[in-house]
Amino acid sequence: MKSSIYFLLSILVLAALPALSQVGGTGLVPAHKGPQVRNDATHNAERSDGERKFEQNCSRCHNAPESFSPRISGTIVRHMRVRASLSRRDEQDILRFLNP
Amino acid sequence: MSRLQLKFKACTINRLIGTALISLGALYVAPHAAAQDTPLISGGVGFFTSTNRGNTSYTSVISPVLEAPLGKHLLVESRANLLESFFPKGPGQPGYTTAHFVGLSYLQLDYLATAHLTVVGGNFLTPFGTYNERLAPIWISNFQDAPLISGIGTMGSGSGTGGMLRGSAVSTPNFSVDYAAYFSAKSTNEQFQSSRSTGGKVEVYFPKRRLEIGTSYGRLLEGTQTNSFGTHVWWEPASMPLKLRSEYAHGAHAQGYWIEADYRLSQFRGPESLIGRLEPVFRWQQVFRNGPDPTDGLPSADTQRTDFGLDYHLPHEVRINTSYARQFSSTGNHNVWETGIVYRFLFPTWKGK
Repeated sequence: MKSSIYFLLSILVLAALPALSQVGGTGLVPAHKGPQVRNDATHNAERSDGERKFEQNCSRCHNAPESFSPRISGTIVRHMRVRASLSRRDEQDILRFLNP
Repeated sequence: MSRLQLKFKACTINRLIGTALISLGALYVAPHAAAQDTPLISGGVGFFTSTNRGNTSYTSVISPVLEAPLGKHLLVESRANLLESFFPKGPGQPGYTTAHFVGLSYLQLDYLATAHLTVVGGNFLTPFGTYNERLAPIWISNFQDAPLISGIGTMGSGSGTGGMLRGSAVSTPNFSVDYAAYFSAKSTNEQFQSSRSTGGKVEVYFPKRRLEIGTSYGRLLEGTQTNSFGTHVWWEPASMPLKLRSEYAHGAHAQGYWIEADYRLSQFRGPESLIGRLEPVFRWQQVFRNGPDPTDGLPSADTQRTDFGLDYHLPHEVRINTSYARQFSSTGNHNVWETGIVYRFLFPTWKGK
């Protein structure tokens, strides 16, 4: 019985989280659109160092998040500095790209 | 999920409380950080099914990640795993049984010492190859099952308890060199199990070619001291959404490799289109045994395995994974059918200014 309750709770949490995440876009968390990585040739010429470094380092392992609060952009980049072994310069360039 | 199940240990309430207190302590100190350095909770929630040799199991997983900056140079990081499994009772026994596990993958303090050096202390993921540190999280991995060779070089638990130096040695527009070197003490703590070991890795990345080549080394410093070597090559061309990843590892009693390719169909009407959200994935792997070792987590005999997968990226960070695998071995050939749905979340720990 107890296991069944755990199971049902897990399903409910899974089903509810996408809906809850939308709260971020409606005021509780001032979410902004996540970094958009493009590959077309025109864009390649005009993109910043930060965007290039984001694409080259962070996007190697995972997709960029769809959106996140600007208040955590520094934390995200610090985490990526450790995980992706970024230099301080790369960290600062990517932070400027996330928070122009 | 087999790797997760190996890693998770049943925990006591006391240890959970201790971990929670450490996390809360970090969150208490962190508000003094800059506005964009608010601590965050990230991670994934997933529900998976796996049919292996005709037996179907169901697993729900919550895997939260805590990131809490402290001042300008420190970062507390932790990832937990909460897992509930439902699986058949066994041959001749009708019905299902269940097991639940709670465990930490890592809990570490990072000190950003210089522009090219980060000092890590605590319980950290063993830096060997690419899977353990990069691809294991449920919201990243293309397949439910870890590669067959993922047990080589990761020293049993996949984590070390001690210290690690890592960073970017050189970073230029043409190439960069990353490194990691660690020493781990033996720990039998229920949450932080690790072996006395040392090792590290070096990677060279050519950003214009999107090519990465790396090599790893690990040495077990207890019992029969053994060495592990590994190398990996990743190529992700900028002109198309293709990822080619491969890894080879050689341990004391086995060696093997895996090659994985995935291609997001985003070139068909963009990544948000119906077809553009599809991502076919393929993995081929082989393991060769040169001696028995029931503790390394690898197959007991030479094994080949082919995985075909199809992932679908739904809006709002939800992804559906499906895959079929055929495994060939002298111990028996069998099919593995797997499906899963994963939601990735990311939000600040509290409302800020």
